[in-house]
Amino acid sequence: MKITRKEFLELSGLSILGAGALRAVHAVKAAESAHANSLPSDSPKKQMALAIDLRKCRRRPGCNLCSQACHATHNVPHIADPRHEVKWIWNEGFASVFPLEQNGYTRRNYNGSPLPVLCNHCEKPPCVEVCPTGATWKRSEDGVVMMDWHRCIGCKYCITACPYGARSFNFSEPREALQQVNPDFPTRSLGVVEKCNFCAERLAKGEAPACVEACPEKAIVFGDVLDASSDVSKALDASYSIRRKPELGTGPNVFYFL
Amino acid sequence: MFLIEKAFVGSRRYWAWLGVLALFMFAALLDWIHEQQVGLAITGLSRDLPWGLYIGQFVFFVGVGASALVVVLPYYLHDWKAYAKITMLGEILGMVGVFMAMLFIFVSMGQPMRLINVLRYPHPNSLIFWDLLTLSGYVTLNAVIIARLLIAEREQSAPPRWTKLLILLSLPWAVGIHTVTAFLLCGLVARPYWMTALLAPRFLASAFTAGSALLVLILLLLKRLKLFDAGGEAIRKLTVTATYCLVVHIFFSLVEMFSTFYGGIPREVEHIDYLYGGLSGGSPITPWMWLSGALALAALLVLIVPALRVRPQLLLVACASAFISVWIDKGFGLVIGGYEPSPLGAVTSYVPTLPEWTVVAGIWALGAFLITVLYKIVLSVRQEAES
Repeated sequence: MKITRKEFLELSGLSILGAGALRAVHAVKAAESAHANSLPSDSPKKQMALAIDLRKCRRRPGCNLCSQACHATHNVPHIADPRHEVKWIWNEGFASVFPLEQNGYTRRNYNGSPLPVLCNHCEKPPCVEVCPTGATWKRSEDGVVMMDWHRCIGCKYCITACPYGARSFNFSEPREALQQVNPDFPTRSLGVVEKCNFCAERLAKGEAPACVEACPEKAIVFGDVLDASSDVSKALDASYSIRRKPELGTGPNVFYFL
Repeated sequence: MFLIEKAFVGSRRYWAWLGVLALFMFAALLDWIHEQQVGLAITGLSRDLPWGLYIGQFVFFVGVGASALVVVLPYYLHDWKAYAKITMLGEILGMVGVFMAMLFIFVSMGQPMRLINVLRYPHPNSLIFWDLLTLSGYVTLNAVIIARLLIAEREQSAPPRWTKLLILLSLPWAVGIHTVTAFLLCGLVARPYWMTALLAPRFLASAFTAGSALLVLILLLLKRLKLFDAGGEAIRKLTVTATYCLVVHIFFSLVEMFSTFYGGIPREVEHIDYLYGGLSGGSPITPWMWLSGALALAALLVLIVPALRVRPQLLLVACASAFISVWIDKGFGLVIGGYEPSPLGAVTSYVPTLPEWTVVAGIWALGAFLITVLYKIVLSVRQEAES
């Protein structure tokens, strides 16, 4: 059954029509998402952000009180094997977090001191972009990147897309790795992804995030960056800050003072 | 059911082969159930390397699926008569390849029973949504085409006109499935190793290389087993296709390396450096990457010299080399290179575990099982039609 040139051309015409239809679909999608106000490019009413003053962190070598408080509050399983660890906020070496901020002539080495890293609640979060089910999304009212652990299918695409390594997968049963359970916060099941939620459950009650509260040096400031009078905006006005990998265009909302 | 009855009549050898494959499938099923109970912790996957062998195999088999094009296109668009008898075998290989690819996605999921969420809450921003649609569409499209062509062969009549249209549609669709699979990876700012516009073209070149090499291997095997003779011309033409695709595949790989190394941006260099040099610490994949390169060059040497590629033994070795080379490059190197080192500069040195291999072997066995049964049906129908 040979296909004649005429038939082939007919079919090519059909494909071009199909391409036109696709553009129409895109236009509809764009209109729809503008309406739903859910896409990262839309400006939220508020944008929660966190500023960490590493000068204060350096006063306490080996400190990880923020991490302890967060993990206890959110029932984050404690897993010994580093390959399967679940982490919401934790310390990393300076050179790993800011590889471009150190050069061969840097006299001061910040590597030994605490440098907490966490989800950056990006303005344009790649994890939200790639999630096939909407199990992770950017909350329109305050810009917090949220997760639904009942909807997550465990495809791990978000982990792959996150340029900050902020997401963890439950490789083993998380409930078995909890010494104490906080009854006010859900535990997770096997095979789902989790990460920092900017303490959405505490924000709902008007409280500050657990890490902010736990820090004895008051090194972490939290608030709405779109509001010029918020603590975080004032802190950002007062000192020069940097963000992780700003060149990727994700718009991270965790700021660091060196 | 129609035609299926042909699969239930067979020689001892046929049943023994299916029995062995069923054993592998059963072992994989048990391992997968175990994996569901205790979690993906029994695999070699980790926080920094959440996709591994499974997703590598997924990408590789989408390629095998797309490669049906190397026989369908010349036969239906250019009327290459030599492919009259092998085109359907290529279509079956393509359909089974994509089916296997989908299974590899399924086993790598943490909550596979929630797969339906992808359709319940569709997110067209996610390439997984498009991948699911295009892959299942490709399997369905080919299933309909194959079934209708088989009925036509049995009745010795011309297939209806709409089959032609479906076949024409399957050609851009084949390119589409692998392009979508490349888009799944090449738009991620977090992974510089994948973030290259060349990824989709590279995928297609390596897919057509491995796919045509695999089809040559299958045809040589069928001839050896005295089950089916594709004819010398079909194999010769297919070999030429494999040769051109291999040349393009090698060219694309080197082009990619040139811009990476000449440009020398650390965050781009370090991934290739990890694969081929292990960075400073050495990595388990390094010898495999070099083996992949060596096999590609060895295959190229045999295939590009006409006097060498006409010798059946050498042809067999060359096609096997090309196939294994792409399998290592795509099935391991692609995924591992994307993740190592991690965004925080850590290296985890991924080594797949036995349960992981067992599941992979089981899906391969399932693929071989389906190919065997479907080829059996095709060859039986043709035998009856002849007698």
